[in-house]
Amino acid sequence: MNAPMSPPKKLRVATTSLAGCFGCHMSFLDIDERILKLLELIEFDRSPLTDIKHCGPCDLGIIEGGLCNAENVHVLREFRRNCKIILALGACAINGGLPAQRNHLDLRDVLEEVYQTEHLLGRGGIPNDPELPLPLNKVHPIHEVVKVDYFLPGCPPSADAIWKLLTDLLAGRTPTLGHGLLHYD
Amino acid sequence: MNNTFQLDGEEIPFTPGQTIMQAATAHGSYIPHLCWHPDFSVHGSCKLCTVKVNGRFGSSCTMEAQPGMEVENRTAELDDKRRTLLQMLFVEGNHFCPSCEKSGDCKLQATAYELKMMSPHFDMFYPDRPVDASHPDILLDFNRCIMCGLCVAASREADGKNIFAMGGRGLLGRRVHVSSESGKLADTDFAATDRAASICPVGVILSKRRGFVVPIGRRTYDLAPISAQVTEKAP
Repeated sequence: MNAPMSPPKKLRVATTSLAGCFGCHMSFLDIDERILKLLELIEFDRSPLTDIKHCGPCDLGIIEGGLCNAENVHVLREFRRNCKIILALGACAINGGLPAQRNHLDLRDVLEEVYQTEHLLGRGGIPNDPELPLPLNKVHPIHEVVKVDYFLPGCPPSADAIWKLLTDLLAGRTPTLGHGLLHYD
Repeated sequence: MNNTFQLDGEEIPFTPGQTIMQAATAHGSYIPHLCWHPDFSVHGSCKLCTVKVNGRFGSSCTMEAQPGMEVENRTAELDDKRRTLLQMLFVEGNHFCPSCEKSGDCKLQATAYELKMMSPHFDMFYPDRPVDASHPDILLDFNRCIMCGLCVAASREADGKNIFAMGGRGLLGRRVHVSSESGKLADTDFAATDRAASICPVGVILSKRRGFVVPIGRRTYDLAPISAQVTEKAP
């Protein structure tokens, strides 16, 4: 009797949300029951879905959100060190998105407006706990800091677009998105 | 020789004096473009409509069609260059599609979809460009301006008003100016019924109080890609 064949090695996938709203992760979960099919092919490393805190060696790293503070940059570099392929998922990772709307304002003015001068918002001054990562002067997309292999725009990208891209990648094809799947809003 | 030329191997008829762009559009063939509009004089600035005519680069919006021309249009080489031009337009302005009322109806966005632009590629400029909300009916959001010059042409040629003008120098200095002492649109005789009010291919000149009236899924370029909507009336 033949020995049972060992199942093919699953690809390891890590995900994170930097300066994002987790909307891209929610859209990813909108692939619904297709996630069961996906889990036959992949296993998750660091991700909000697993609560693993640090990224180990992975085949694919999915980055949602841009870079608005020092910790975002640190996490992004950890992903780039460990992942063979980095995917920028959604508008914020690709062009800074909504957080980058602060880029034409002075950072100190923004912090003072929120934490000091604005009557209904200001409580106790600008936070300066050493545990808090320092904000960057401007918000940046991730391709300005590390090499990014694939981009999937959208705010968020639709579940169908995410599914198409992931299944293309898993099958070893260059991902292509037709009309209706590629959108920036 | 009869009055036809080859566009990606397809025979396109033309009348003498027509440009390659005019003949292709009349035939329903799509050549990517942003600053060209059939109703106004040629601007020739966006360079997106660059084609190869008998092996040499040329702007299809300015070059007259000639019998027997062999024109390359949607080749990988040309579309790669066009995508790079689009990426430069995207990084030098503030193009945040999710918060733009023009999204879904925007020619810059639709052209980027058509050319499969997946990222801005270059470093972002994030320029500081103030909004002019002074006019009671019209909002000017210069963050999205691509300097196509269509508002300048429409105001001058169709409305007879000269409300907009190109001015300034350098990448961040050159911009569209409003021709009033204060520089504000409210201090001009601009009207929401002007042709210039509806000519902007991107989301700079917007009518107030009607944002997002068409739901996602039913907007112009939700229905079909820009290359499938070539007509002489709505290029």
